Amino acid sequence: MSTVYALLFIVATIVLVLGLARKIVQYAKTPAPLKIPTTPAPVTQTGVVMRMFREVVFFESLFKSTKWTWIFSWMFHMGLFVVLARHVRYFVDPVPLPIALIQPFGIYAGFAMVAGLGGLFLRRIFVDRVRYISAPSDYLMLLLLIFIGFSGLMMTFLIHTDVVMVKQFFGGLFTLSGGELPMDFALIMHLTLVAVLMIILPFSKLLHIPGIFFSPSRNQVDNSREKRHLASWAKKLEES
Amino acid sequence: MAKAKFETPELSEFVDVPNIEEGAMAHSTCFVAKPEHQEPLNFPGERVEDWHDKAIEKMGDLLSRYRSFRVYLDSCVKCGSCTDKCHYFLGTKDPKNMPVGRQDLLRKVYRRYFTFAGKYFPKLVGAADLTEEVLDDWYSYFHQCSQCRRCSVFCPYGIDTAEISMAAREILASVGIGQKYCNEIIAKVYKIGNNLGLPGPALADTLEGLEEDVYDEDGVAVKYPLNVKGADILLVTPSADFFAEPHVDGLIGYGKVFHEAGVNWTLSTTASEAANFGMFIGSYENMRRISLRVREAALELGVKRIVFGECGHAWRVAYSFLNTLAGPFDFLDPDYPVPQHICEFTWNEIEKGTLELDKSENDDKTLTFHDSCNVARATRMGDTPGGQFDIPRNVIKAVCNNYHDMEWDTIHERTFCCGGGGGLLTDDLMEIRVKGALPRMTALQNVMNEKGVTHMAAICAICKSQFTKVLPYYGMDMYQIVSVHQLVSDAIVLNRKTPPEEAPGYGEDDDD
Ligand code: HEM
Ligand code: HEM
Ligand code: SF4
Ligand code: SF4
Repeated sequence: MSTVYALLFIVATIVLVLGLARKIVQYAKTPAPLKIPTTPAPVTQTGVVMRMFREVVFFESLFKSTKWTWIFSWMFHMGLFVVLARHVRYFVDPVPLPIALIQPFGIYAGFAMVAGLGGLFLRRIFVDRVRYISAPSDYLMLLLLIFIGFSGLMMTFLIHTDVVMVKQFFGGLFTLSGGELPMDFALIMHLTLVAVLMIILPFSKLLHIPGIFFSPSRNQVDNSREKRHLASWAKKLEES
Repeated sequence: MAKAKFETPELSEFVDVPNIEEGAMAHSTCFVAKPEHQEPLNFPGERVEDWHDKAIEKMGDLLSRYRSFRVYLDSCVKCGSCTDKCHYFLGTKDPKNMPVGRQDLLRKVYRRYFTFAGKYFPKLVGAADLTEEVLDDWYSYFHQCSQCRRCSVFCPYGIDTAEISMAAREILASVGIGQKYCNEIIAKVYKIGNNLGLPGPALADTLEGLEEDVYDEDGVAVKYPLNVKGADILLVTPSADFFAEPHVDGLIGYGKVFHEAGVNWTLSTTASEAANFGMFIGSYENMRRISLRVREAALELGVKRIVFGECGHAWRVAYSFLNTLAGPFDFLDPDYPVPQHICEFTWNEIEKGTLELDKSENDDKTLTFHDSCNVARATRMGDTPGGQFDIPRNVIKAVCNNYHDMEWDTIHERTFCCGGGGGLLTDDLMEIRVKGALPRMTALQNVMNEKGVTHMAAICAICKSQFTKVLPYYGMDMYQIVSVHQLVSDAIVLNRKTPPEEAPGYGEDDDD
């Protein structure tokens, strides 16, 4: 059984890394022929970095728009961030100091994450506009994350798993030396769903993760009068 | 087409977010371009046999050429943040007029043909084949988007439905289903030089007429020059400025400002149109071809600077794209930005103190200002972000005593479109134009009731034409919409007197 999971995680990691890399290369290679930042936009590159920072860390545009979605979404994402940071301890040894420091707060982040996801799910069901634009995959994505969080929280608070064994298993994956997984229901569910998440990430709307950094309306400097912007294919038009 | 009957929405104090009403605007459509409108733009005259394959092929082409298109189609998480931000949704309740609803019309086809999930699990991710019905939906709903970018302000990834609409329209035109209104106009620009099809001699006549009018009224020979070689400034302005009300009062104003500033300026028959409908139809090639006329005119006349008149999308193409499409402009005076907006020019002169302004001339009015969407969300004026909001307001406040803004969430970057932008300013789309104006009309009515506002100023030819038409539907007066430079024109004191021999018609035989 442990071997199956070892293989599953190797495959999932390859799909995730190659899939995302392929998308990132594709985005990077596709030219943005025109200057289209949503104005008022920063007039310097530093300004753009700050704008992007505010979008990624605070979800600035979402905040301007709807406070409820923002609250749920921010709870979910920040919770997720802390939870993932806490998880680093399964994969590296010795555990870096910042990661060790967040451990106590980290426990509650899991609740924030699941609560946020729950709010987003209810919104999707009850707001007719959001229901209209939802495909089955949109609900399933939330359920998937809720179940991952739920199974994780079960392990943290109810049926503890052997974290040392988990750590050895993943340590073994890196060195391909093998290792055993504790066969707890919660852990198996947690890991199976995580693998699914990793595999679908590059093929789903989770592409918003690289997407935001490549969005021309957010990442362009407003300097079109000062600096000529010309895409490669547009240059060819000039030569003909 | 039968004249669609529709009800003008009723104004109340707030625009409530409506419950969705599926198919509420499915009947909306506009005239399809004829071969003579399509072919000059390098599009097939009629719908091609293999439209399905050609459309998918075109989509693939655009995906490889536009990062915006690709990233926006992939990134939407269906968070719903944009759903209540579009004036067309607020005015019609049709969920396909929610920005994401509109995008999804195209996204579902993208997913079906270009993504793994959509190829193998179409039901799961909401992917769909490109069918006749989908094509009809595209034609209908991508002509219910004014490309105003309001949705892009509120989307956490900046997804700009305008980009999707432009791509959709380009795909449609490339399989032979162009929109008559836009394509006919572009064809006219290629043939005659401007949107209105106003030939050179008629233009010269009109300008002479303006000189006479101003002379009769003010006794000063303000010039409205055409094709003057060696002038310092080339003014490129929307052709509506040449005669329609209230546009022409704006043009009169530009002339007076130039006169008082003591600069040499000229219009050109080569570039007698600032508008660039190539943007509306999403065609880089056509947009470029139209833009190049500005470069040509500047070279032909040997000017040092280019100034654009009051026009929203024209300013977007000018400010954001002109350097890309028709640059580099290294042959112009490097001390000035290329191009400049007339409001930047006027504000500059006001700051320098060259203009004497008598604000009391506008005391019969209380003003508010409508931020035109393209100016607000796709361009800038001056050196600092947000100058596009401040500079026109500064100009208005310098020439008027009474000014009040509309509600904060309907101005600046949150401004609501007039309802007629993006190639919708045609009578066959009257219903969507009237309904889409609802949020703006509501904000205007509120500021009229609360602050006693009487007039709304704008710096866009499309906004002005749209409001002239739409205000009466909401029980207001079409003359409530004014040009910013019309206000300047009324307040400016003409101190640079001119010798009598410069007066229009001097030395000609006068019978009266
Ligand atoms: C660069 C990092 C990220 C940023 C800036 C970001 C931002 C956002 C924003 C602004 C939303 C829209 C609001 C909402 O509906 O919740 C969103 C939605 C979502 N994000 Fe992220 N996200 C990031 C990373 C992630 C990661 C790592 C995951 C999951 C593994 C994720 C999963 C989701 C999901 C599932 C939704 C949709 C929620 C819904 O259905 O309403 N995001 N993200
Ligand atoms: C290979 C990857 C992962 C492994 C090996 C793993 C393993 C674990 C383990 C062993 C626990 C229990 C912690 C304890 O008992 O203290 C846990 C908790 C948790 N996991 Fe994971 N997990 C992984 C990925 C993820 C992902 C991708 C998410 C989120 C999308 C997630 C969300 C959670 C949550 C919310 C908790 C409970 C709160 C906490 O203890 O931080 N896990 N995980
Ligand atoms: S660009 Fe404007 S008109 Fe088009 S969908 Fe967005 S908000 Fe609506
Ligand atoms: S705001 Fe952006 S991400 Fe959210 S539904 Fe609209 S387009 Fe999609």
